Amino acid sequence: MTVQTATSPAPPPTRRRTNGHRLRGWAYASPTALFVLVLFVVPLALVFRMSASKWPLLSGDQGINFPDNFTAAVDNRFFVDSVVFTLKYTILATILLIALGLGLALMVQESSRWKGLLRTSFLVPSALGLASASLLFYVLYSPLAGPLAPFMERMGWSFLGSPDAALASTLFLIVWRYAGFYMLLMLVGLQSIPGDIYEAARMDGANRWHTFSKITIPLLKPTLALTTILCVTGSLLAFEQFYILTKGGPDNSTITVVQLIYSVAFQGQNDLGVAAALSVLVLAALVVINVVQLRAFRGSDES
Amino acid sequence: MTIATVTHADPTAELPPVRRSAPPTTIAGLALRTPFWVFSGALAVVFLFPLVWTSVASVSPKPGTGQVDGWGFGNYVTLAHYQAGIWQYLANSVIVSGLCVILTLAISTLGGYAFARFRFPGRNALFMLTLAILMVPYATLLIPLYVLLNTLGLQNSLVGVALVLTMFQLPFSTFMMRISFESIPRELDEAAMVDGCSSFSALWRVLLPAVRPGLITVGLFAFLAAWNDFFAPLILINDSNKLTLPLAVANLRVQVQGVVDYGATEAGVVVLALPCIVLFLLLQRHYVRGFMSGALKG
Repeated sequence: MTVQTATSPAPPPTRRRTNGHRLRGWAYASPTALFVLVLFVVPLALVFRMSASKWPLLSGDQGINFPDNFTAAVDNRFFVDSVVFTLKYTILATILLIALGLGLALMVQESSRWKGLLRTSFLVPSALGLASASLLFYVLYSPLAGPLAPFMERMGWSFLGSPDAALASTLFLIVWRYAGFYMLLMLVGLQSIPGDIYEAARMDGANRWHTFSKITIPLLKPTLALTTILCVTGSLLAFEQFYILTKGGPDNSTITVVQLIYSVAFQGQNDLGVAAALSVLVLAALVVINVVQLRAFRGSDES
Repeated sequence: MTIATVTHADPTAELPPVRRSAPPTTIAGLALRTPFWVFSGALAVVFLFPLVWTSVASVSPKPGTGQVDGWGFGNYVTLAHYQAGIWQYLANSVIVSGLCVILTLAISTLGGYAFARFRFPGRNALFMLTLAILMVPYATLLIPLYVLLNTLGLQNSLVGVALVLTMFQLPFSTFMMRISFESIPRELDEAAMVDGCSSFSALWRVLLPAVRPGLITVGLFAFLAAWNDFFAPLILINDSNKLTLPLAVANLRVQVQGVVDYGATEAGVVVLALPCIVLFLLLQRHYVRGFMSGALKG
């Protein structure tokens, strides 16, 4: 979104541009400015301040201690594990969601009553909140109450029993919840490809695979870039699905970075300074990762 | 890059145009399409099954839940009497979502109008800053917001949660309202102003009816986000009487020492999901259009 509006056209100049006009503009924009300033700019500055200060949850600011919070953050015994797990989860979730989103979109792109029904059923889960969806699957995966409970008992296996099974089960939940959403974004992208290009390809005798790899994929690149960035950002910040569904287990194998921030701040350690330091690190990592992605997508454009 | 504004009435039905002509309905054609129907139908079942199963399981008998024998609403009764009572949590969620929707609509309408129709110093900077909210992780902002709301006397307050959720809605809603206003011909409000309307009454009487689809999209998104949000109230609310519904249902799982009441959890999921699904089905075309009009076209 940010990239796009940077290039969006400014409104055509009006005939009279008086001080009153500017003042009225500011007056209409002032609630936005107030919210952005108080609830975004100030907290953003505050998090940097906190990350450099001793700041326990209950007693508040105890003065600057830079860079103690950052060393404590990196030395946390779950830091490396959570970073590795978050990256692993992000890569898997992104590949699955982009591939399935595109697959579903190709499947339902022509309009017919049946395909409209399919679209709606793929989209319905995305109306649920992630917390509600996680709670739903918590019951669904349960070895006591879930529909597959007898099967799990016979096999001596459960959905959340081992680290790999827990990750796979969470990925299934995420695909269920988000595949429709990514399908929708892909449909919008597919719609922008002019139909006569496909017509021309068919005249030239291109088969389905050629049409897909030589026309659909290259022309869909802006959409693929947008969806990948969205998906990577969202997955790096994963919290609810692990907090509710796996609770970080089994054996602390599914702790994400945001979960680590939460637990450092509010569960046990109660250290807002270290949590703020971790948040700053996440912010920096996210900016770097997004810049790299934008470069990569732009770079492959030129070649 | 251009901004695609969709103007047709039902994007779900019309999206996207037919590219390949469907095979003629012959016996051979039917035979060819049967595997597709079976496969796609099975996929649709996979997507719908969890929802259907939960709704059915919430009213079916199960030992260890509020509904031991026979079908009925025992689990919902358990849910209703959980701690402060479901009505309290529902009321909390309604307050947070309602406030968030009203604030988001008001702020983004005024802001969108300002960005679309006025030129003032700092206009682009403010707009970019609003969009930059999207770039910053949720957790990065909530830790300092917890401290900030404490100093503002809004600790443990539903109003505080609503204000924070409104801020997180601003990038999408401001963007959406800006392009909604920009897609309306300038002559419309200029004519109103020539006729003696102030800029505010031009907005209120002339432009607002014209941007209704944008308002519905922004309102729907704000409601879904606020109703479902888990992380902000988790951090900002400590008082168990002020929990919102998702938090209350999540806590419900550990009601009795380590024993999970699955039945009441199912009932809670149904109560949480029902308004979202009903709203989604009613406003599906607006939901879809929200993405379409904000989408990039390369």
